[in-house]
Amino acid sequence: MNINERSLTTMSTLNAQGSRGTSNQSDEQTEPSTTLSIFALDYKKHEDLKQMLDSNKDNLKLEAMRRIIGMIAKGKDAADLFPAVVKNVVSKNMEIKKLVYVYLMRYAEEQQDLALLSIATFQRALKDPNQLIRASALRVLSSIRVPTIVTIMMLAIRDAVSDMSPYVRKTAANAIAKLYALDPELKDELVLIIAKLLADKTILVNGSAVQAFEHVCPERIDLIHQNYRRLCNLLVDIDEWGQVTILNMLTRYARSQFVDPNKIFEDEKKSFYEDETEQNINEDEDSLDKRTYVMDSDHRLLLRCTKPLLQSRNSAVVMAVAQLYYYVAPQSEIQIVAKSLLRLLRHHREIQTIILKSIVFIADKHKQIFEPYLKSFYVHSNDSSLVKRYKLEILTTLANASNISTILREFQTYVLSSDKDFAAHTIHAIGRCASTISDVTEACLNGLVALMSKKDETIVAESVVVIKKLLQINPSQYNEIIKHIVRMVDKVTVPIARASILWLIGEYSDRISKLAPDVLRKMAKSFIDEETIVKHQILNLAAKLYVVNAKQTHLLVQYVFNLAKYDTNYDTRDKARLLRALLIQTDKCPTLSKHAKKILLASKPAPILESIIRDHDQYTLGTLSFVIGQKAVGYKDLPDFPLEPPDPSVRNVEIVTPLPSQNVSSRKSSTTTRITSREKKKSVNDENFYSDEEEEEEEEEEEETSTEGPDTDNEEEEDEEDEKEKTTQNDNDTNEYEQLDAQSTNNIEPEEEEKDESSGSSEEEESEQEEEEDDDEESESDESADDEKLTPNQSSIVAKPSSTLTVSDYTIPATEKSLLEMDLEAFLGAPSTSTNVQVAPVKNNIFDDLHGLESLTSTSSNLVYTKQYDCLNRITGQGLQIQYRFPRTPFQQSPNMIHVELIFTNTTTNKDIHSIKFYKSKSNINIQGFNQIDLLPSGVSIVTSIGIDFNDKTQPASFDILYDDNLIPTSLTILCHVGELIEQKFLNDQQFNQNLGK
Amino acid sequence: MIHSLFIINEAGDAFMEKHWKTVVSKSICDYFYEAQKKCVNPEDIPPVIATPHHYLINIYRNNLYFVAVLTNEIAPLFVIEFLHRIMDLFENYFGECTEKSVKDNYVIVYELLDEILDSGLPLITETNILKELIKPPNLLRKVAHFVTGDSTNTTLPSKQLSNIPWRPFDVSYRNNEAFFDIVEEIDAIIDQNGTIVMSEIQGYIDCCIKLSGMPDLTLNFVNPRLLDDISFHPCVRLRKWESEHVLSFIPPDGNFRLISYHIATQNTICMPIYVKHHIQYREGSSGRFELTVGPKQTMGKSLENVIIECTMPKSVLNCTLTPSQGKSTFDPIKKILIWNIGTIETKTQNSAHLPTIRGNIILVTGQPIPESNPILNISFQINQLAISGIRVQRVDMNGEIYKPYKGVKYITTVKKGRFQIRT
Repeated sequence: MNINERSLTTMSTLNAQGSRGTSNQSDEQTEPSTTLSIFALDYKKHEDLKQMLDSNKDNLKLEAMRRIIGMIAKGKDAADLFPAVVKNVVSKNMEIKKLVYVYLMRYAEEQQDLALLSIATFQRALKDPNQLIRASALRVLSSIRVPTIVTIMMLAIRDAVSDMSPYVRKTAANAIAKLYALDPELKDELVLIIAKLLADKTILVNGSAVQAFEHVCPERIDLIHQNYRRLCNLLVDIDEWGQVTILNMLTRYARSQFVDPNKIFEDEKKSFYEDETEQNINEDEDSLDKRTYVMDSDHRLLLRCTKPLLQSRNSAVVMAVAQLYYYVAPQSEIQIVAKSLLRLLRHHREIQTIILKSIVFIADKHKQIFEPYLKSFYVHSNDSSLVKRYKLEILTTLANASNISTILREFQTYVLSSDKDFAAHTIHAIGRCASTISDVTEACLNGLVALMSKKDETIVAESVVVIKKLLQINPSQYNEIIKHIVRMVDKVTVPIARASILWLIGEYSDRISKLAPDVLRKMAKSFIDEETIVKHQILNLAAKLYVVNAKQTHLLVQYVFNLAKYDTNYDTRDKARLLRALLIQTDKCPTLSKHAKKILLASKPAPILESIIRDHDQYTLGTLSFVIGQKAVGYKDLPDFPLEPPDPSVRNVEIVTPLPSQNVSSRKSSTTTRITSREKKKSVNDENFYSDEEEEEEEEEEEETSTEGPDTDNEEEEDEEDEKEKTTQNDNDTNEYEQLDAQSTNNIEPEEEEKDESSGSSEEEESEQEEEEDDDEESESDESADDEKLTPNQSSIVAKPSSTLTVSDYTIPATEKSLLEMDLEAFLGAPSTSTNVQVAPVKNNIFDDLHGLESLTSTSSNLVYTKQYDCLNRITGQGLQIQYRFPRTPFQQSPNMIHVELIFTNTTTNKDIHSIKFYKSKSNINIQGFNQIDLLPSGVSIVTSIGIDFNDKTQPASFDILYDDNLIPTSLTILCHVGELIEQKFLNDQQFNQNLGK
Repeated sequence: MIHSLFIINEAGDAFMEKHWKTVVSKSICDYFYEAQKKCVNPEDIPPVIATPHHYLINIYRNNLYFVAVLTNEIAPLFVIEFLHRIMDLFENYFGECTEKSVKDNYVIVYELLDEILDSGLPLITETNILKELIKPPNLLRKVAHFVTGDSTNTTLPSKQLSNIPWRPFDVSYRNNEAFFDIVEEIDAIIDQNGTIVMSEIQGYIDCCIKLSGMPDLTLNFVNPRLLDDISFHPCVRLRKWESEHVLSFIPPDGNFRLISYHIATQNTICMPIYVKHHIQYREGSSGRFELTVGPKQTMGKSLENVIIECTMPKSVLNCTLTPSQGKSTFDPIKKILIWNIGTIETKTQNSAHLPTIRGNIILVTGQPIPESNPILNISFQINQLAISGIRVQRVDMNGEIYKPYKGVKYITTVKKGRFQIRT
């Protein structure tokens, strides 16, 4: 831009600024003035805009467009400007272009012919080098809803799906739904595109792809199989809105692909399912698990991957997870959603309302999960009316014998609330509590009777109605109350309450035989002024009294019937005619009249006090239909669980995708300072490994007896890898590279120990830092670049304690790396199926064994158990005594666990103890259980090993064991003795001196 | 998905509408007005309204109604959350989201609405990305227009989608600062006798991070186990939290909420304030009203902005009250008594100096005496104290070389109407 031009534009901006100021004013002024001379002004205004649009100055055009957008925003019609606006679609100025796009999306549908003029521009923009321009062109093109351009849209989408930029691909995914809405016949073609998008590797695209899937072909569940595991693993990293869509889809998927976890199967066929019930604790206990239901590993994967989403800041995500757990999880696991739902109660009022409604629904089936949080549902006086009602409903649902007294005390204050509707609802709630919990029926009734003496009409009326219902449940006990109520008939004026009282008198007239005729007399007097509902009850009362006490009342009854005969309401007239025929004109229908007493005074079933709002349980939790209580357009029920699980192998992904490179890169970042030759060797091993892995997988599929889910598989392999690395430390003679490595590891070990002793858990911290990094790389491969940048920085921190360590430092993370995967696997779900696969040549099994041997020999010769601790007293254990000790040797199955030996001793003299087995870990601590001990004869001790991951904390680990077919598990606690967390290392003289020299 | 959006002011004027699909006539709002008419309080309007062909989901905030029109089944929370997100976004752009700010910036509003939803499906909702696409209005930009004459930002960010969606690439500040506000809100109901019926703490860590480049922050707590149930900003590394109880994150630029947590105290918390009350109605159109407020267990910090609000029963005609400190007003139409006390120092422990309010209540003659005493709503603020006792141990930064200024602030406060004393 040269100086002249610039000065020119400056001028025009000034003009534009000025004109904008005035135009805004005039805009506001036009509103009142339009009413005066609509046509003239409108015409003039648009003319002026047209001129601005036709000018060749961008600023004027922009100004005009801004004003037009203003008109659209206000809902005013700007359609006649279409020709003038559409010309500007070719404008080079992005700002103008954007606004023209906005205009086009609004009006293209109405002016299709003219809109076609703009298509060429979009097609050009679709090839623009800037991804944003490509994306926005596609977006507008697909949004203008002109049926004639369907083919162009199709082509554009097809191109965009294979675009380099994930943003463009995301836009393409969105466009699919729009195109489908425009022309449903294209479905088959679109499905192919969706299949392609579903397999997309970028998290940005996944959400939109699933969205398109849900729009176009939700029934094509087969498209999901291959992507299922990846979607589960990536879920945490996808954007919030995508998460909601995917969660909903996965819920549906799980309902159609897995069996009901709450049903117990005795079926032998299930045995090929791997036990994942307790997160890989009971790996060796197939025998135990056969008896109970075993969850499909993919089912478990879903539950595990969705759990962290409960901590999302987005309420829709949390709700979607809650929904998933409600419909898919085993009952014992649903409770984790409670806390998160409660957290949402602090959000905006609207969110609160819907969450509470959902809690009402969930609490109905799973009371226990909300019981600890009862107080969170106490009503604040400024809650909105809906919130109050839902809270009341929840409190009522949660009421049980133990908490009813607190709830009732709380209800007492609500009854006094100045919000009378709410007070009335509370009374109803009290009634419900009274009817369900028999302990408090009496107290509630008394309370309600007291309420009847209040001055407020609505409260009195509601109490009477509720009392009436309660009395019906057990009338014999409450003669006094009945009498009390009867005396109130004069005071109560609310029709429904009067009707209730009259019904009571009629029903229980035998107990108040003296009062009843008198009441009828009064009622006969006021009959004509009563509401219809009351009149009906007067008729009922009259009829019932006539049956029991005709002598005293027959004249009154006649009189009432006559009054009713000429009533304006035909229901009343009909009722009177019916009763008259039944009672007085007995000749007309003798058979019925004979049984008049039986008919009228038949014992009526007590009413069930129903919830006021529980009326739409039939819809899926959390959906729109659920909230409005009617079927919304496009609502579909969740499918029921299949009885026989569909083939789970469809989800196996055959080819493990391009991992070697990723692996190397992740390693690179953790060992940035030096890429050892070992690294290279590893990547060679990678290839080895993958072929092995595939073979293994295939084998498993063929046999269909795979006792390992994919996860446990990996864990094992990781273990192997781990072992391998340890082996390399000990086997100094494999080759040169190893030698180098071994040396460095040897160097580090003593240092490591020293450090441990001196500074507690610093090692763990470091390694975890590393872990975290790896972690990030795997999950968010996008971020790896940044993390790489960070690594050197951290490494310098790591190296600080002793500068000599710098070189060898990274061997620790290398060994520790697999720990991380374990943890991840166990707790969070691995970031993606592909990255799970670790470098672990199968041949290492041999090394593994060797190493095992070695460690055995080395330790056994040196074993000095310092101390044994009691964890089950022989008295409490009914003869079974359990002690534990820390052998200070590495735990074979998992390197991040501490090896603990349990000594089971049968101290009884004549009784054998059978089947001692590990049941489950109680705290969140990961425990590797022991093999079941089938028989422990009296006087014999057996030593078994367990592994405990104390997770760098000194919290005691507690777990349950079962023995002797006791159904109640016995819980054991193993304290974490600080000194025992250290691993013993042995050095020969040479190594020691070597280290000393450094 | 979201079909259309109407923004309606308190007067019931739909002053802005946006349609992502075929235009829906404004008359659809009539269903909303109908529901609105039925409710005395705008808070009572049901969030979801079903009409014969459409479903309306509305939110009410800042005296504005956002009404979304839907045609299909969709999770209602999805829409509600989204509408709130739109409001947050407007607040972020214009400083506040009011009728005026929306009207003044209608072009930006329209562009934003266009960008965040693609035919009703969420597209970009991260403020940082949006701010690169659509510049927020600010003085600097206006001046720049004026000087350069370039009223248009022709340059689009070439690679707008950074690896970290919540943080732009090219952040740079002269002064690098990171501020953490730990705000805790007390929810409590206290009964007549002063016993705590329920109490909960809701906490937030709101950050204002102005750091150049790509800093990687780590925040350590002294006592992380206090935090019971947390929701995180997407930037927080969940795994790190689970394994070490450390908040590790690459922060978004500017203001954001890092975490919010909830402490449902089974064992009740120490209330920092107490109120002695004596409210009595006497037969014959009058009554006594007396309140005394005092600090309690505030760790030596003073209570600030103490306000007591009390909605009197309908039969109260007027109140003549004299406070010993602060100002009191009574609105005879809404029957709301507001006593603005101001600051209560902890030093004035002497009960004679505690703020009191005393006086008479005049009841409408002929009306029955109210059956229940009013509920007191109290709000206050304590600076430099987090009532749960949570403390930040340290904040570390990796990834950049400069030394930032780091500040942590603790505030205990009460969300309006969530601290109630029953009398």
